[in-house]
Amino acid sequence: MNLLARFRKREEAVDPYGTPGTGRSTLISVTTIAAILAAWWLVTQLELIRPLFLPSPELVIAKFLKISCFDHYWQSGAAALGLVDEVVAECEGFSENALHQHVLWSLYRVFSAFLLAVVTAVPIGITMGMNRYARGVFDPPIEFYRPIPPLAYLPLTIIWFGIGDFGKIFLIYLACFAPLAISARSGVRSCSIEQIHAAYSMGATQGQIVRQVVMKAALPEILTGMRISIAFGWTTLVAAEMVAAKAGIGVMVLNAARFLATDIVFLGIVVIGLIAFFFDSLMRWVERSLVPWKGKM
Amino acid sequence: MTAVLRLNEISVVFPSLVGGGNLTALDRVSLDFGPEEFVVALGASGCGKSTLLNVMAGFIKPTSGDITLHDEPVTGPGKDRGVVFQRHALLPWLNVIDNVAFGLKLQGVGESERRAVAQENLELVGLSEFHAHPVYQLSGGMQQRVGLARALTSNPEILLMDEPLGALDAFTRENMQELILDVWRRTRKIVFFITHSVEEALFMATKLIVMSPRPGRIAREYDLEFSARYSELGNARAIKSDHEFIAVREEVLSLIHGEQAGGTEATDP
Ligand SMILES: Nc1ncnc2c1ncn2[C@@H]1O[C@H](COP(=O)(O)OP(=O)(O)OP(=O)(O)O)[C@@H](O)[C@H]1O
Ligand SMILES: [Mg+2]
Repeated sequence: MNLLARFRKREEAVDPYGTPGTGRSTLISVTTIAAILAAWWLVTQLELIRPLFLPSPELVIAKFLKISCFDHYWQSGAAALGLVDEVVAECEGFSENALHQHVLWSLYRVFSAFLLAVVTAVPIGITMGMNRYARGVFDPPIEFYRPIPPLAYLPLTIIWFGIGDFGKIFLIYLACFAPLAISARSGVRSCSIEQIHAAYSMGATQGQIVRQVVMKAALPEILTGMRISIAFGWTTLVAAEMVAAKAGIGVMVLNAARFLATDIVFLGIVVIGLIAFFFDSLMRWVERSLVPWKGKM
Repeated sequence: MTAVLRLNEISVVFPSLVGGGNLTALDRVSLDFGPEEFVVALGASGCGKSTLLNVMAGFIKPTSGDITLHDEPVTGPGKDRGVVFQRHALLPWLNVIDNVAFGLKLQGVGESERRAVAQENLELVGLSEFHAHPVYQLSGGMQQRVGLARALTSNPEILLMDEPLGALDAFTRENMQELILDVWRRTRKIVFFITHSVEEALFMATKLIVMSPRPGRIAREYDLEFSARYSELGNARAIKSDHEFIAVREEVLSLIHGEQAGGTEATDP
């Protein structure tokens, strides 16, 4: 009940005069997207660029319908309801899998890596912020591997863990881990010394300080860290699926590139972008509901 | 009368950030708090009042000297010494009443019981109808009153207050002064209270200490009984316009102004 109340729509707060970047920008964003789509359509319609380099929206949509086996599933659905007698359309897919199978495989890899990162990086980051020994131990390895491109240590994960799914998930996990650990660590610094002092002089134990003050105050930064982290996960997906993956959006894009099927490459990019965007919107909604005080005090 | 809280030759030296050297925030300050004492510290900005309070609260370990509470050395903060801070001490993820009840929550008091106590104290500071508000939507003065209600809810033996009324308008401020005196008279707590207002200091203190800056020292101590008189008569305005009150006020003012004109050297060698 109390928990649900938090998720109610945020009351529209009045921004103080001079707050940087006030006002809604949704309409502007929608206009921008429409303009880009229109430009894309126009450029391909006038045949200014060859479809090999820039396939038209119609082509991409047609490919989408084909790869997602749209007709097949549509007819299957209708047949199940007894509206048609037999399913005529074949499910072709691409690289032996329909689009949703690619998507599900990639979602499985990215999100299991992300969840693993959340349950490990957040506690480690907070411990690093709270304790000098933990900081001393974890800081060098994290800072060392963090700037290295995942493609560089991809061979290592294959040698160590083989070509199965664990190696792929591990690669994405590494990409998710560092930004999350770092934001959890710096989030520890978000509470004011007065807040900690106040809790101590109300008899708080060290554990209570960590759980009821430090971690609460760190929550906004941890949520931001989660958003950054999942984005790193998506950027590493294609690298992770480069070797010996049967299905996945990364596989789809890489195979399409081999056949110069630009429309499928486009489709893969758009699908990854859309999924990432929807998850990020979800996270931003969670952020607004969970930490409405963010930046207010 | 035996002292409850005893500060003996307390010095606090901070390393100075600019130009090396050290900054003596407190220089061999000795101060005793007897039972039921209301001690007010007055002094120019930067003379070490907050530092002194932090030492008593246990947040700063003095460079030298010792501090005892009931003859036990003070080694850190504890719930026997409640603190009302100058600013930034409320928890924005809790609403007003949960902020006020936070100390009891730490002690493991059940939700309905602690909320009842918190509600009482919110009523005292005149914020009962704001109990469900987020604290970041309150004004500065309201936040200070929440801080005061929070300290009262934990019911400490000693109340340490760092300019708790600094952000209040004159009217609310006078009401809060009277409220704090009432609470003090009823609960018989020891209070240490920092303010920049000479009138407030004189009105509330049983003991007034006037501090001088760089190095931070107690320049003068006064034993006062205007607060006792207020407890008897209950007429704040009459006391504050009393000619005796005005005479002490002028004396303290000229003392502070003299200090500010005199104290020039910034850091120790
Ligand atoms: N953490 C610190 N490190 C270094 N110097 C400090 C620190 N805290 C306080 N000081 C110095 O100690 C002196 C006393 O500071 P303090 O905060 O006690 O003053 P104050 O009397 O409370 O002033 P105000 O009335 O403005 O709050 C100041 O000169 C300040 O610069
Ligand atoms: Mg101060």
